[in-house]
Amino acid sequence: MSNTIDNQAYLNMDLLRFTTAGSVDDGKSTLIGRLLYDSKSIFEDQMEALEKSSKQKGQDDVDLSLLTDGLKAEREQGITIDVAYRYFATPKRKFIIADTPGHIQYTRNMVTGASTANLAIILIDARHGVIEQTMRHSFIASLLQIKHIVVCVNKMDLVDYSQEAFEKIKEEYKKFSSRLDVPDIRFIPISALKGDNVVDKSEKMDWYEGSTLLYTLENVKIGNDLNFMDARFPVQYVIRPQIDEFRDFRGYAGRVEGGVFKAGDEVTILPSGFSSKIKTVELNGEAIEEAYPPMSVTMTLEDDIDVSRGDMIVKPNNQPESIQDVDIKICWLSNSPLKVGGKYALKHTTKDVRSSVKEILYKVDINTLHKIEDDKEVKLNDIARIRVRTNAPLFADSYSKNRQTGSVILIDEHTHETVAAGMIM
Amino acid sequence: MNSYYLSHLKQLEAEAIHIIRETVAQVDKPVLLFSGGKDSIVMAHLARKAFYPARIPFPLLHVDTGHNFPEAIEFRDNMVKEINANLIVGLVQDSIDKGTAIEEKGPNPSRNRLQSVTLMEAFDEYKWDAAFGGARRDEEKARAKERIFSHRDEFGTWDPKNQRPELWSLYNGKKDTDDHFRVFPISNWTEMDVWQYIKLEGIELPSIYFSHEREVVLRDNVLLAKNDFITLSEDEAYEKRIIRYRTLGDMTCTGAVASDASTLDDIIQEVASARVTERGGRADDKRSEAAMEERKKEGYF
Repeated sequence: MSNTIDNQAYLNMDLLRFTTAGSVDDGKSTLIGRLLYDSKSIFEDQMEALEKSSKQKGQDDVDLSLLTDGLKAEREQGITIDVAYRYFATPKRKFIIADTPGHIQYTRNMVTGASTANLAIILIDARHGVIEQTMRHSFIASLLQIKHIVVCVNKMDLVDYSQEAFEKIKEEYKKFSSRLDVPDIRFIPISALKGDNVVDKSEKMDWYEGSTLLYTLENVKIGNDLNFMDARFPVQYVIRPQIDEFRDFRGYAGRVEGGVFKAGDEVTILPSGFSSKIKTVELNGEAIEEAYPPMSVTMTLEDDIDVSRGDMIVKPNNQPESIQDVDIKICWLSNSPLKVGGKYALKHTTKDVRSSVKEILYKVDINTLHKIEDDKEVKLNDIARIRVRTNAPLFADSYSKNRQTGSVILIDEHTHETVAAGMIM
Repeated sequence: MNSYYLSHLKQLEAEAIHIIRETVAQVDKPVLLFSGGKDSIVMAHLARKAFYPARIPFPLLHVDTGHNFPEAIEFRDNMVKEINANLIVGLVQDSIDKGTAIEEKGPNPSRNRLQSVTLMEAFDEYKWDAAFGGARRDEEKARAKERIFSHRDEFGTWDPKNQRPELWSLYNGKKDTDDHFRVFPISNWTEMDVWQYIKLEGIELPSIYFSHEREVVLRDNVLLAKNDFITLSEDEAYEKRIIRYRTLGDMTCTGAVASDASTLDDIIQEVASARVTERGGRADDKRSEAAMEERKKEGYF
């Protein structure tokens, strides 16, 4: 970031959310530290604190990884406990990093980080090449329908910046990545420690003609990752002012999760099936010409019909499926295993229902993506395909069609813990 | 770029409004923690937008240490009147008088930590089950790891190792009767985002965010305003400086910055070139590397 700012440019800036995954010691924290440092997002007092901590730990160089390890326990043990969010901006984009640790509870944390990401950075240690965790991280990114993966082959300085080493890893990765459902995969040789190809182009690797990591992050096209085709408006809350001036006002508050809505559009309300026309689309009393994802707006309808939280406003000729037997791929997030026949609260868009697990179809080996049919005990960090029955219909799309209307969470009815992340098949 | 493009600030606004509405829809009695600082002013603005034309469907709680800048209190009272909101003031002094909170000793006693006591007492009295806060993850390392819907037990304790996973934008609002949530709708905003949004939306702020002349004393590299709650040592003296504030906290611990930024545009340029984080001037955070984490575990927001 330069020291002055162009306001207009800032207001037009785009937003990219990405997740970083790697295994222990492959330099993920250093890479994030490097991105923040080289984009001048680290402040003097943070730098001073880093220098102090590094000295205390007897390290000569400033340890950039200390910047991302937030909690006392982590600093003491030199580990990362949980998903941490980091922010930086360049004149082109604002970035939100979901930084997920590579070791304990890796699947749970990575699924969490990946659920909101547009892009995933997968780190590979140039000395070790593709390992089991590389595949696992890539499969999770694919499972969560992240459309862009950037494979960073890190620690190139430790393999003499060798093109051969880089190409070999690229080939290894491509061998298994054909099984992934990710349309855009790129490879960049970097050294997070020395800064090669992170923000500045490396002088040591003139054989590499691609762009740096930061340039890639700034320019990757994400405009088509949202669904602008299938109109979906889950009602979050009904606004009834109860004040004289707006005595008859009934506004439906919500976020557009798909498609485009505007005043005059014919709409259908689910589950009642009633039809009406949109009278206004507004926010704070100001009319909005077209509402599309991910805008939060308030809608009013021409007709006085009963609409409440959990209902969905859609277009008559394009309706989601109404289902009670739901086929979902889940990641199990709890220490207590999934119970067949067990009842769980299920949250889908703004709708809360109860569900009962009917069947575990199979588990997925997250290292190979192969189905496991003989072991059906679903434990922490397991990926499985299951069938649940809900006590009320869900207005759902498949996760591949719409991440928001295709995702659910399961909640333990006694502990209230979130126990599973689910994607509708 | 397609025609259905939403700038990052508009995306952050939409996300915050979504979170505020999700909270109100899922819990019985929410409250907005209102410090009078710019982040909580932005929060009140977002809450207003989320429910317009209805009034904000929850009260604003100000935990008043009694060490506030008078300008901030005046601004608070005017704003509350203007947006027709319901303000509840919890006085730290009351907790001290009751003996539930004990005043720190020393040359600049901070009541910052005592706020947690008064806050929890207000929770017991009003039975709130969710409290909105204007905290941002870019402010501090412990905050970078906290959920948007942060579950707290009956003591208000934050258990960083046992947080609920937060997926997509599905916020789990289920809890036991005595538990509550701290909800942080502007988690993903940075200091620059907040300032840009204030300018974009034309949001009014207390005057002390803008440069003005004030008597200050330099203590531990922090410029403290002249006030009745700190005691000067023999080699300290107040001097007049042109300053402004980047954050609003207690007069006893909030540091001023030397600045002649008198408009929002000036401030935005200053933030862009700043080399110290905004909490860098907070004496309360300087106490130890894990200061914020420790306070949060005690129920601090």
